[in-house]
Amino acid sequence: MELTKLIARRAVQLIIVLLFVSFFTFLLVRLLPGDPTDVIIPFGTAAKKAELRSDLGLGKPFFEQYADYLNNVLHGNLGKQYSSGRPVSDLVTQSFPVSIQLMIYAQFLALLFAIPLGIYSAYRAGSRADTTINTTGFALLAIPNFVVALFLSYFVGAQLKWLPTGGYAPGWLDPLFDGTRGADIGEHFNYMLLPAITLALGQIAIYMRLLRSDMIATLQENFISMARSKGISNRRILWRHALRPSSLTLLTVVGLNVGALIGGAVVVEVIFGIPGMGLKITQAIFSREYIELQGYVLVIAVLFVLINFTVDFLYTILDPRIRRGRSAT
Amino acid sequence: MEDLRPDAVPGGSGSAMEEIVGESINRGLLGAPAEISIAAIETGGEGESSRHKLSLGAKFAIGWMVFVILFAIFAKLGIITWGDPNESFTRCARRGPFSEEGSVSGFLAGCDSNGRNMMARLALGAWSSLYVAIGAIILGFTIGGTLGVIAGYFGGKVDTFLTGLFNIFLSIPGVVLALALVAFLQGSAEQAQDAFLSPELILIIAIGVVSIPLVGRIARASALSWTQREFVLAARSQGAKHRRVIIKEVLPNVLPAIFSISLLGIAIAIVVEGTLAILGVGIKPPTPSWGNIIATDRGNLFTSPHIVFEASMMIFFTVLSLNMLGDVIRSRFDVREGVL
Repeated sequence: MELTKLIARRAVQLIIVLLFVSFFTFLLVRLLPGDPTDVIIPFGTAAKKAELRSDLGLGKPFFEQYADYLNNVLHGNLGKQYSSGRPVSDLVTQSFPVSIQLMIYAQFLALLFAIPLGIYSAYRAGSRADTTINTTGFALLAIPNFVVALFLSYFVGAQLKWLPTGGYAPGWLDPLFDGTRGADIGEHFNYMLLPAITLALGQIAIYMRLLRSDMIATLQENFISMARSKGISNRRILWRHALRPSSLTLLTVVGLNVGALIGGAVVVEVIFGIPGMGLKITQAIFSREYIELQGYVLVIAVLFVLINFTVDFLYTILDPRIRRGRSAT
Repeated sequence: MEDLRPDAVPGGSGSAMEEIVGESINRGLLGAPAEISIAAIETGGEGESSRHKLSLGAKFAIGWMVFVILFAIFAKLGIITWGDPNESFTRCARRGPFSEEGSVSGFLAGCDSNGRNMMARLALGAWSSLYVAIGAIILGFTIGGTLGVIAGYFGGKVDTFLTGLFNIFLSIPGVVLALALVAFLQGSAEQAQDAFLSPELILIIAIGVVSIPLVGRIARASALSWTQREFVLAARSQGAKHRRVIIKEVLPNVLPAIFSISLLGIAIAIVVEGTLAILGVGIKPPTPSWGNIIATDRGNLFTSPHIVFEASMMIFFTVLSLNMLGDVIRSRFDVREGVL
């Protein structure tokens, strides 16, 4: 009963946020000063400009324009790229999976390193190893993504020639992927490994510090003393008893960090030449494809809002302490 | 303590920051003993006196920031110069401390691919990078801080509205939002032939807008918790006006929190400027910034790595120092909000 009420309230809030986000992307094009068509296609013919004007619905009342835009978006029509005439939705379906795969690999790598390091530094809190891990993490946080990307492509890519310095091969999520050839997926990972490491590096430090502080708190709890007094091994206590209650914040932040990752992915995709949304956004800005840009920003924002919504919701459901805490207030 | 993860947040969207704010406060609510024991572990049980001594790292951070700021100001004002940052010396081109021939004497940091003195470029680059970053954060600090304190102090509908607004802006990743804003403002400036919207100002506005909700949330959370204290109630019950209570009672307590997040914000802004430069929309060459030094010569990383390396190191040490100082302020004023 209470849960359905919570879901309903959250859903209403979600719709309001999505409306505002779409309004913002709508403004991005409509608020261009003067005639937006002069900004988007400055050298276009009169006929082209007239076409764009009618596409945008310029001349209609402001809110009718927004209603039209919203209606189009809901029908999957994000406008088109004016240089080629291709629908923006097509471009999104091509570049979106690329970015998503990169994000999944980056998160996976980050957690792969952050969880053991976090557990260990919490277990040995205050020791020299803990200090070293923490200091390294702190330093990692200060290295910008683009610096890591450049140096990795330089040392690992160009000097050692272990991995390609840039380029892309389709992977399992891409529409172009042909699953029958095993060699392809290997190539895909070859291209994705350096970008994924670049993105993961900053996240490792964040996740590790979070897990460490939650873990330290958990290790003070009575049930840990109980487990210890039963003679359960430290390893088992850490991984089986302490990790799960300590990982809720971590998982939430992993979800919320998707936004930061999308931002970081923009520059990483540009440096490594990976045709994801980030690269496309940059290209759209340079070729003044404001409609295309609008499409990407909208898709990213909606994705981010939906992920946050899901994570926030899961958090409430998974952690009974929060649910009770909320209903009590 | 009140649960600060507001139910009224539309869509529950937010940032990592919100989560951490929520997390630390939830823990305060549910596990007070745990909180105390963490504090004991983190201070290493050394007690109060050690908290007021600066660590080695913090001393380094202050030293570095003083150096960078003087480096930038002196170069800008021409007190100590390394020559014209745009003058080309052919004999020095691409040579630097790491190249096989070594640096040309008189060019301590070597030269970039056009033979321009790296020392002069790094110094003036420091000026542009810091100028944009600090400008952006002053914008974020003022607007975000004001809105956040208002939201936290008045609560209710004002709070719901402003938090909602912050969340909408937070729902677009920072770099993407900054990129979109730069594209929009550049388009507008060209169209309107607006000389006032200089490229630097466009960057300041774009990065500043991105930082508004970040500062705003922290200010709100902090103002909210201070507003519930007895001395605020006392001031109100003596008949003090809201304005006075906010300025005299709440603001002084909220400032350390906003200030520490602003230092981190400057660090983030420096990185964002660099990112935008790599993407080709940062400060326009030939004016150097750390970001566009890297952007211009990233293709020459293989032949003359010193160019990218030096600019990267400037960014790295500056960001590291700012992060560290942010941490110091936070632990000194016992600001709990925000780990990032």
